[in-house]
Amino acid sequence: MRSLGKFLIFIARLVIRREKFVTYIQLTIDECIKVGYNSLFIVTIVSVFMGAVTTIQTAYNLVSPFIPDYVISLVARDMVVLELAPTVMAIVYAGKVGSNIAGELGTMRITEQIDALEVMGINSTSYLVLPKIIASLIMYPMLVVLSAFLALYGGFVAGTITGVISAADYTFGIRADFIEFNVFFALIKAFVYGFLVAAISAYKGFYTVGGALEVGRSSTAAVTSSCIAILLADYFLAQLLLG
Amino acid sequence: MIEVKNVSKSFDGKPVIEHINGVFERGNSNLIIGASGTGKSVLLKNMVGLMPPDEGEVLYDGRCFTDGNKELQTEVRREIGMLFQGGALFDSKNVEENVGFPLNILTKMKPDEKLDRINFCLERVGLENVNKKMPSELSGGMKKRVGIARAIVNNPNYLYCDEPNSGLDPQTSIRIDNLIKEITDEYNITTIVVTHDMNSVMEIGDYVMFMFQGKKLWEGNKEEILKSDVKELNDFVFATRLMKNIYPR
Repeated sequence: MRSLGKFLIFIARLVIRREKFVTYIQLTIDECIKVGYNSLFIVTIVSVFMGAVTTIQTAYNLVSPFIPDYVISLVARDMVVLELAPTVMAIVYAGKVGSNIAGELGTMRITEQIDALEVMGINSTSYLVLPKIIASLIMYPMLVVLSAFLALYGGFVAGTITGVISAADYTFGIRADFIEFNVFFALIKAFVYGFLVAAISAYKGFYTVGGALEVGRSSTAAVTSSCIAILLADYFLAQLLLG
Repeated sequence: MIEVKNVSKSFDGKPVIEHINGVFERGNSNLIIGASGTGKSVLLKNMVGLMPPDEGEVLYDGRCFTDGNKELQTEVRREIGMLFQGGALFDSKNVEENVGFPLNILTKMKPDEKLDRINFCLERVGLENVNKKMPSELSGGMKKRVGIARAIVNNPNYLYCDEPNSGLDPQTSIRIDNLIKEITDEYNITTIVVTHDMNSVMEIGDYVMFMFQGKKLWEGNKEEILKSDVKELNDFVFATRLMKNIYPR
């Protein structure tokens, strides 16, 4: 409870006694590049293979001759949109971006860079953390959309190359019984996860005490806590919006 | 002028500094000295607001800094320049951006005015043609000088230096000491230096506060420190053979 209270105070400090609005514009753009553009490679690799494996394994499980082939891509599509692109990618995102945020802020803390900001009369929480959270809120949903697209493309390539599904069936399947709300639901998840990863990781890094060893511990704690928060949020969002 | 009144701080019930009083005058190089672990840095953090004292107050030219008034704290902090022990330069910014950082955030100066001011401050600390270098490319002494340039760029009324000589060779240490003294005299600011380097005390100590086990044990100037009869202070001052030989008692 104490940690939760400290976390909520930390979040409140993001918006109290902020600097001028223009101060945050360039910082947020820089952070967007760091959390979004710099994550493209890992997102691409993971998404393509995730989609490919999902398609192959779905085909492996659908062995009945009464089930048409297009169901493979229909199932793969719903898995990708509802869970894999937003949630599994969030775990990857926590590992890459979350650990980076915690490490960066932790290093700034132990080398007194955060103290230097405070002594200058700058709200260090707001100055350092707010752009990261805004950038994450902007970029993570974009990464999720990209991830879903690439996963479906990966599934198409793997499915057609291995012959488990024809190109026509795959295309038909990903368009069949499409529910628009699922995309909206995935984007809600993306916003929530984007916030959780950036805020929790920043919190862990910001309150690092000690030296280099503790910075490493903060990074690990940031990833662990973010993953737990993602899974809990995943359950509650599913219950709330689909239940 | 900075006044410290009855400041105490404890961690987990264990007192670290107890009932510290002191007056640090404008235009003086005020030194807080003592062995490691005596609470010098804790007192400094209490004074600049990085850590609130458990009791007591800190006044900046009569303005109470520790009464919880956030607006006043921000106002006072913008008059403070601080040199940190490791320099605390922002790793992701080059020298020019580091020195100009307070100007970017706290002022509305035009870019060419900012650049002039940055170059002036860098020249003042004896650094030229290093504007585009990153902190990782600088030596320890250069980092300290960039730190001083950043601390004075906003024309502060109060300058804090935390262990400005730690990790530096004797020649660079003296250069940093002299720079601090010159800046204090030139801008008539209140400077507080936390150190355990006796060379600094003898070079620039207009006012010296000696701390021992969390308490202020002695205060005076660099001449008086040699004549003190406080045993703990003498043990500290004359700990090295060099000091004993130069200032035989």
